[in-house]
Amino acid sequence: MLSGRTFGLRRPSTARAVAVPVPAPDTPLGAAPLAMAKQPGGGGGWRSHTGSLLFILPAAIFLGAIVVYPLVATLVRSLFDNNNGSSFVGLGNYKEIFATDDILIGLRNNVIWVIVFPFTVTFLGLVFAVLTERIRWATAFKTVVFMPIVFSLTASALIWRAVFDLDPHVGMVNAAVQTVSDVFNPPGLYPIDKSAGQSLSNLASTNVAATASATLQSTSTVSSGGVAKLGLVGISPFTLQMLNAQKVQVPSAASGGVVGVVWRDFSPTHVGVKGTVFPDEDGLPSLHVSLLRSDGSSAATATTGLNGAFHFDNVGQGQFHVQVDSSNFGSGFTGISFLGTQSITPTASLSRTAQALLSVPLVDIAMIIAMLWIWAGFAMVAIGAGLASLNREVLEAAHMDGATEWQTLRRVTIPMLLPVLIVVFVTMLINVLKIFDIILNMPPGTSQQDASTLALLIYNTGFTANPATGLASALCVLLFILVIPAMLLNLRRIRGT
Amino acid sequence: MTTAAISAVPVRTGGWRSRLRRRRPVLNVVLALIAIFWLVPSIGLLVVSLRPESAFTQSGWWTVLTAPSRLTIQNYTTLFSQGLRPGGLLDSLITSAVITVPTTILVTSLSSLAAYSLVFGRWRGRDAVFLVVVALMVVPVQMALLPVASLYKLFGSATGFNPFGTVVGVVIFHVAFGLPFGIFLMRNFYNGIPRDLLEAGRIDGAGEWKLFRRVVLPLGVPAAASLAIFQFIWVWNDLLVALIFLGGNAHAPLTVFLFDQVRELASNYWIVSTGGIISIIVPLIVFFSFQRYFVRGMLAGAVK
Repeated sequence: MLSGRTFGLRRPSTARAVAVPVPAPDTPLGAAPLAMAKQPGGGGGWRSHTGSLLFILPAAIFLGAIVVYPLVATLVRSLFDNNNGSSFVGLGNYKEIFATDDILIGLRNNVIWVIVFPFTVTFLGLVFAVLTERIRWATAFKTVVFMPIVFSLTASALIWRAVFDLDPHVGMVNAAVQTVSDVFNPPGLYPIDKSAGQSLSNLASTNVAATASATLQSTSTVSSGGVAKLGLVGISPFTLQMLNAQKVQVPSAASGGVVGVVWRDFSPTHVGVKGTVFPDEDGLPSLHVSLLRSDGSSAATATTGLNGAFHFDNVGQGQFHVQVDSSNFGSGFTGISFLGTQSITPTASLSRTAQALLSVPLVDIAMIIAMLWIWAGFAMVAIGAGLASLNREVLEAAHMDGATEWQTLRRVTIPMLLPVLIVVFVTMLINVLKIFDIILNMPPGTSQQDASTLALLIYNTGFTANPATGLASALCVLLFILVIPAMLLNLRRIRGT
Repeated sequence: MTTAAISAVPVRTGGWRSRLRRRRPVLNVVLALIAIFWLVPSIGLLVVSLRPESAFTQSGWWTVLTAPSRLTIQNYTTLFSQGLRPGGLLDSLITSAVITVPTTILVTSLSSLAAYSLVFGRWRGRDAVFLVVVALMVVPVQMALLPVASLYKLFGSATGFNPFGTVVGVVIFHVAFGLPFGIFLMRNFYNGIPRDLLEAGRIDGAGEWKLFRRVVLPLGVPAAASLAIFQFIWVWNDLLVALIFLGGNAHAPLTVFLFDQVRELASNYWIVSTGGIISIIVPLIVFFSFQRYFVRGMLAGAVK
């Protein structure tokens, strides 16, 4: 047997001393065939029978009372009502499962998990296992990728909740998206935070008004040789400090040009007096301003200085408006709600039941990524063990016959690995059918319901202040029914060989 | 610490393997990036736990790369200085251990006994019983929560001690659900022990207990170690069972401690990250100390 090599084990000296064929598995399942050596004789008498029967007694008591009895009890309980379970309702609880939108959401999520996760994680494990065979630091790589498995799912959920946080100061993913987004859509120096109730018209104070195209425009016109004064309010002292603003200074008129100032229309010594430029008021620096002709086209552009002053030279004839451009107020990127309920399928206009069945909330994708991070290491190591136990001669032969690495992988390695791939797939399938901790801990409260699965529904139905015990039991039975195929597969594998 | 467990095959000279491992710069870079991607989220948690509470929403944790001097162990000292206050971090750490250690010992010893009986016992129907055990491996714990809770209550009214809401109740439940896999793993291992070894003992008049204690148990140490490590980490990381069977008990394990904190995440991420790191450290130490045993248990448990 290759068990020792398969798992990188050195057999402990005790085992080696007596040359015990360690039955550690050739397949990750580790199933030794049932066929046993027939006991010699029948002997020993009743006493030795009871002797070894006693050994299984403690385990039998635990299993009987805590696993087998509850199995039956839950099955029975699912046929009775939600209150004290005194009246028989038949399949009523099961009908309720499929008639309740909130439960359908959970079932739909289970379906999404089952479709996406087992396949993806097995594929990822296969890729990693095959690639690590080709590098010299495979052990380090495998250790790093395998490590998250020993974390509690609760801790992993917290880790990923932070990774996907909406705030680019907290969430790494949003920070990365922001870095890219800022290149194409840079935020202004005076960002308006619409989610905090700010709007452009709140900024207008003297001689300006907000326009439909998110700019501020002077309400009066100005012509060549004139001076325009635009007063804004609601600018935070912190912003001014950051921009190194100086006290406002109105420039003197220049012939052939238009000059002016954009200033903070608030004076500590003249509280409540608007429209006058006082010497203790601040200029608003670094604003992009444009001079607009009466037809709305731009005649010239400029940027305000530290004291808020701007100059347009040689503007020509006509009446002009001064515009403070929208780029000054852009809020830039404010974060993608990865843990939100927004669906990636277009279901917004459908009925509530149809939404429950067909939506794929973004938070599901985020959680699946987190679970891949947790379980890819297991898939990789299991498949890697399978790879290592493959018949090298076959692979050598393929090479001798001139097969490329890719051909060998596709035509020889993967078909030979199929049993291991199936084991990993089925294991991950059972795993996501029961998925609970991640759902409970990763989505924020607002998206928890859209992220729920059977296991979470059971928890919320059976263990809240007003438990619906009959319904919860029916959900348990449904979950159990879903894992039965996997159970049968295990049994077949163990009996089969 | 050994890193042998994860690498599936020892490096051999010549032939297939060395041809596979020829210089591949692109592959090495790609895998290095993947490894970094895998590490970064955990490092993030660690760094957040080492930053002042106020820094959390002001700037991303990655900004410490430019100012590493701002790291502090303040969060850890604050949480541990609360001492054994029920519901505190230290109290949770101890509760986790109080649940995990007895469960691990019980599962390992009861599984070994049962497996001995299944392999070397001479009663009929052992194969059938083993198949039942295999079938029970995939039973979801959810199936048992409600009935066991009422069973505990019944036990309480009969004897005066209701295990619901106590560590005992959690341990009993964990032991029962740990047994199918434990028996499966130990039975497969014992099945490879030659029966002649025991027959010799029987002829010499050794009883079953002596055979188990002196022959089978020592031989089964590698499998028992795998089982124990696997079980330890499994139970240490459990949330659901503790959440339900501890009820409102003030002494909660680390996972429940974290769960309680998560509900107000934004305001107390310093507690969550610090508690998270503490909860991770213990299984990590166990993992790195007994890596090969854990990996083997994990692979054998690929059906759980």
